[in-house]
Amino acid sequence: MIRYALTRGALLIAGLLVSSAIIFLTLRVFPGDVAQLIAGTQADPQTVEALRESLGLDKPLLAQYTDWIGGILRGDLGTSQLSGASVGAELAEKSRVTVPLGLMALTVALLIAVPFGVASALLRGRAGGTALSIGAQTLAAVPVIWAGMMLVVVFAHWLGWLPAQGFPRTGWATPARAVESLLLPALTIGIVEGAMLMRFVRSATIQAAGEDFVRTAAAKGLTRRQALVRHGIPAVGLSIVTVLGVQIAGIVVGSVVIEQLFTLPGIGRMLVTDVGTRDLVKVQSELLVLTGVVLIIGFLVDLAHHAIDPRQRAEES
Amino acid sequence: MPRWLHTLLSSWTGRFAVLVVVGIALTAVVSVFWTPFDPMLSDVRGRWAAPSWPHLLGTDGTGRDILSLLMAGARTTAFVAVGAGLVATLVGISLAALGALTVRWVRESIAVLVDILIAFPVLMIAMMISAVWGGSLWVVVFAVGIGFGVSIARVTRPELRRVQQSDFVLAGRASGLTAGQNLARHLLPNVAPVFIVQLSWSMAVAVLAEAGLSYLGFGASLTEASWGTLLADLQRYIGVHPLTVVWPGLAITVTVLGLNLLGDALREATDPTLSRRSAQVHVPEVIA
Repeated sequence: MIRYALTRGALLIAGLLVSSAIIFLTLRVFPGDVAQLIAGTQADPQTVEALRESLGLDKPLLAQYTDWIGGILRGDLGTSQLSGASVGAELAEKSRVTVPLGLMALTVALLIAVPFGVASALLRGRAGGTALSIGAQTLAAVPVIWAGMMLVVVFAHWLGWLPAQGFPRTGWATPARAVESLLLPALTIGIVEGAMLMRFVRSATIQAAGEDFVRTAAAKGLTRRQALVRHGIPAVGLSIVTVLGVQIAGIVVGSVVIEQLFTLPGIGRMLVTDVGTRDLVKVQSELLVLTGVVLIIGFLVDLAHHAIDPRQRAEES
Repeated sequence: MPRWLHTLLSSWTGRFAVLVVVGIALTAVVSVFWTPFDPMLSDVRGRWAAPSWPHLLGTDGTGRDILSLLMAGARTTAFVAVGAGLVATLVGISLAALGALTVRWVRESIAVLVDILIAFPVLMIAMMISAVWGGSLWVVVFAVGIGFGVSIARVTRPELRRVQQSDFVLAGRASGLTAGQNLARHLLPNVAPVFIVQLSWSMAVAVLAEAGLSYLGFGASLTEASWGTLLADLQRYIGVHPLTVVWPGLAITVTVLGLNLLGDALREATDPTLSRRSAQVHVPEVIA
């Protein structure tokens, strides 16, 4: 286990380094001068030069890169070129919207995927199973933005149960209103992600039903369904853990689009705004944080998978 | 009729997939020469017309014909799907070939690099490219192309490696074929099935990505007809005219469903060993 954790950890660190290098280098090939962009076209050369120096843009690329990474290791994500505000502080504030949104979306996705996926595997070959499969396949093809718009039409405009967009100015000081405004966004991401995850649960369940240990349990006198539920489903749980990494990446990405649709003051919307205004120092750190979250979750998921799966543990001892 | 095409058309999902893909392609071609109305022509007196003759799907807030906008948007979608497919092919084949056919240290570093890059979400690539060069449809083409090229490489590389160690490749080398000739005649045709399936799925993601990125303002510009910009446009009046939003969304969903099913059906048609292998489902990331 420790050996596995070390090799997998090395891959994580390599991944973080490669991603940071890719992000850094891509944003440096910016056509034109960042300092000129900030100062505006009317600025005189001395001002631009001073600005360039204060931003560290006159240093060699490698020095700029190590400055950035060194800062991040010390917990300093840099400051916005346009407003001068600390990126880390803003990210921390915005994550109070994005993290709950992601957790709620994940819950919705699992609540949809697990029961319906298992049901559609058990009903395979019957009308109900086919209907569930078609439903999942179709929902997985729906663009998240459109799903969100349709939910807004039904639940906000027609039924009037939930707000169509926005987040209370008072934030989590008014928890009921905060949860209310995150409900539709979380439902949107959760339904589409859940439909994709459901297809995976279905095929994992079908596969588990064909495993020797399930057949043995059936031979010992359990009905096929009992054998599947008692011995097959734990194996399904394991494969769900495997795709959870991909799912969480999907939720992170989905939240970028959905926060825009529902005008939620989260990390995704912040990133979209900063890409629009080309606030490159911010974009650089935000992209690294988001990619880092995806990579670290992938690492934790792999470790958990390794720790749970008795076969993988047995292989080592 | 080749065998794979026969198998493809023997299931109803396969027939549906072919119908959708051919339909979208034809619509895109036809829209170059003819649409019921000029898709960009405003007619303020005729705005928000309900679906009826002559505006079969109604008009939007500036009186543009929605059916014509959708037809012209199919062109954008086809461009993005084909473009992203081509980039993905190039990236995928190069990485897979480098990772399977070269000397050992190159092979292994490519394998690690692919493992790292695969975790990099397509939307992040798109954000990076548009932060630098601004938004355009090329952002979508390259972001999806690079992102999916990497996952194609991951699937194709072991396959290429397996084929390379087979007897007929050895026979080819013994009979004097150069590495390039061997690649073209024996290696690529044998990994093509795995490859084409992945390509079909990557085109589905490209269509979703176009909609999502154009919605965020990183894709098509406002003067280009695209399903994503149309969605963004109509969303502003969603409280008053909710039904107009249905059409572009349906167009995207049907197209993506068609491409996904085409990938599934092609896999069944070209991969005779599928039933013996574990029933794996591809889990694409949400992008739009």
